[in-house]
Amino acid sequence: MLDFIARRLIAIVPVLGVVAVFVFLMLRLTPGDPAAVIAGDNATSDQIADIRTKLGLDEPIWTQFAIWIGNVLQGNFGESFFFKKTVAELIAQRVEPTLALAICTLVFAVSISVPIGVMAAYRQGSLIDKAVMGFSVLGFSVPGFVIGYCLIYVFAIELGWLPVQGYVRIGVNFWQFAERMVLPSLTLSVGFVALISRITRASVLEVLNEDYIRTARAKGLSNRVVLMRHALRNAAVPILTVIGLGIAILIGGAVVTESVFGLPGLGRLTVEAVLSRDFPTIQTVILLFSVVYVVINLLIDISYTLFDPRIRY
Amino acid sequence: MHVMRRLRQAAACLALSTAVAAVAAPASAQTLKMVAHSDLKVLDPIWTTAFITRNHGYMIYDTLFAQDADSRIQPQMVDKYEASADKLSWTFTLRDGLEWHDGQPVTAEDCVASIKRWGARDSLGQQMMASVGTMKAIDAKTFQIVFKEPFGLVLDALGKPSSTVPFMMPKRVAETDPFKQIDDYTGSGPFIFKKDEWKPGEKVVYVKNTKYKPRAEPASGLAGGKVVKVDRVEIIEMPDPQQQVNAIAAGEIDVIEQPPHDLIPLLRKEKGVTLYNWNPLGHQFIFRMNWLQPPFNNAKIREAALLSIRQEDYLKATVGEPEFYKVCTAAFICGTPNAVNAPGDLFVKPNFEKSKALLKEAGYDGTPIVLLQSTTLPVLTNMAPVTKALLEQGGFKVDMQSMDWQTVVTRRTNKGPVSQGGWNLFHTFSVAADILNPISTSYMVANGDKAWFGWPNDPEMEKLRDAYAKETDPVKNKELAAAVQARALQTAQYGWVGQWYGPGAMRSNISGWLKAPVPVMWNIEKK
Repeated sequence: MLDFIARRLIAIVPVLGVVAVFVFLMLRLTPGDPAAVIAGDNATSDQIADIRTKLGLDEPIWTQFAIWIGNVLQGNFGESFFFKKTVAELIAQRVEPTLALAICTLVFAVSISVPIGVMAAYRQGSLIDKAVMGFSVLGFSVPGFVIGYCLIYVFAIELGWLPVQGYVRIGVNFWQFAERMVLPSLTLSVGFVALISRITRASVLEVLNEDYIRTARAKGLSNRVVLMRHALRNAAVPILTVIGLGIAILIGGAVVTESVFGLPGLGRLTVEAVLSRDFPTIQTVILLFSVVYVVINLLIDISYTLFDPRIRY
Repeated sequence: MHVMRRLRQAAACLALSTAVAAVAAPASAQTLKMVAHSDLKVLDPIWTTAFITRNHGYMIYDTLFAQDADSRIQPQMVDKYEASADKLSWTFTLRDGLEWHDGQPVTAEDCVASIKRWGARDSLGQQMMASVGTMKAIDAKTFQIVFKEPFGLVLDALGKPSSTVPFMMPKRVAETDPFKQIDDYTGSGPFIFKKDEWKPGEKVVYVKNTKYKPRAEPASGLAGGKVVKVDRVEIIEMPDPQQQVNAIAAGEIDVIEQPPHDLIPLLRKEKGVTLYNWNPLGHQFIFRMNWLQPPFNNAKIREAALLSIRQEDYLKATVGEPEFYKVCTAAFICGTPNAVNAPGDLFVKPNFEKSKALLKEAGYDGTPIVLLQSTTLPVLTNMAPVTKALLEQGGFKVDMQSMDWQTVVTRRTNKGPVSQGGWNLFHTFSVAADILNPISTSYMVANGDKAWFGWPNDPEMEKLRDAYAKETDPVKNKELAAAVQARALQTAQYGWVGQWYGPGAMRSNISGWLKAPVPVMWNIEKK
């Protein structure tokens, strides 16, 4: 197992290398000059050229890459072109809202989708099954920002139960933090619930037709024990895989959800950085997302061993 | 019994903690929450011309002179000033009680250093500094500028209302290389920047400068007494305009600087929200052609393009409600001293037949005009489609290329042919206060490679502008401004495509928002 983890961790290095080269080249090939954005609308060509020199953007592309990657290897992710702050500092300020949103969304989504998926499988063809499948189609089809606006209209504007937008740090005031996380997490959960409940239903349904389930029932085990201990556990591997893949969807969804709900998280930082061509920030955020994605997939792979004793690394 | 005692103890603790909290937070503490037009990224208002940084500058810095509500320049940090009879020597004396946020007095040396740094970056400042012979502090409160040659815009330059504003900074800060950003944000303005609370992408915080001594006169535009009536201002970053409307309706924010025009009907319906046109001069749309590349390197073809313009088409497509736009054929903004209408029906009624005739005469070969369309700034998105429709009626072929504003901003710096990523035409807009005379209007600069994007080259125009800068008689200046406009039309230097206004929105418990070209937070009261 330790050997497997070590090999997977080493494999992160070439993945990050490829991501770094790809992101760097994509940004340099995309139209858009940070110097022109920084200089403002009234700046002349000379002023823009001067800023470009100051930022090192007039150096050959490979020189720029060598400088950047050299700094990254020393743990220096550079300074944002716009804010007089290091990228590490900017990211540190933005991690909490995104992390909070991701955790709340995962908790909401898993605690709703797994039970309803199991119920739908257990009562295949029933009204519950049809309702879950119907919700799943709706959850896939309706864009997150539409769901967000509908929730805001009902719960924040009409009923006035929750704030429209904003973020309060958990250490500042827990209740204000919690009430500001409800709507964004629900919004982001909808697509996730649709995905996980559908996969849960399909996996459990498949397992329920297995011989060992019939044997368990023949032994006189209760439905609850059959479902939870035998069916769900054996169906867990595809469900976990989908949850892992869903993290990528969650990162993408966070960009929209954070914008709609005014959460100052990494998703919005990415959008702002892309729109203003803040190269050091974009490069670092994408590297960070890659690390998160690879590490989560590693954790998911490791967790397979908990549910399926046949899997050994 | 035991439970009841515990409950009573808990209630007492709660009451005590509430009382302590009430003492800790001043009863009268007022926080004004505002959504601005963009997020504050750069903190040096001399280094960038970005409006959000200019607005930040007005919060924490003060100016020697300022423009009042009637567009007149009034003393602000200056107590008194005098000019010699030949207008070559100017002496300025600072008023009493001016202090930096760190408690040090504002000195004449600070002002001299600040003017020098501003003069290295701003176009009007550069023009002024080119005429300056010496500039020095006479004593702690007095400084003198001696000109080598007459310069007619001394007060206009020092009281320039919009980017780049000559903000006063402490000497140690103003001595920073003008092409490097400052990292010390000590000002002497009515608010203090809370750097420790600044979270890019989330909020910018300012607190009242309790030591600030406002002028005695009532506030007027950017001039007069800057009396701060709230304790704290939070500029909240909220990128989604629909959410801005929701947030003001729910009372979570107090002010939106400039909601998009398509959301104005929604705001009108909100009880407790008022629309307010804080910038009565408004803005002007611009139609900018590239003089370096065909076909607009040909004056006749540029003229044909201007003949196809109908301002109202643009204004209806972008602004919509007539209350918020004005057809105005004056380059230097209707209702201001230098305003002169363009001759005939130009910009009001297109003359497509004459446009086609000019194209034929000029030998236009039908090569499509590359028109850059910005799709991310709502107020500009519909400009390019209108231009495409009008130019096509005027006999042009148009290749409209859509992109985000940042790409337009980059692409317009390309002087090369369209086959190498160049361009022929794009639109932008200006704050009216930036374009009230031939010197501050960057679109009028015609010194070729050094000029603003489009790079017009017209020595005759430069002579007229130079004459305007040196003229000290306001009547003659007005005549020269009219001559500059006429010359710009003669060479079809660029087109002005209508004046428009972007009202702000505020909760009904907010009052005192001043009418000015910049949204300023002093004088605003929250009840």
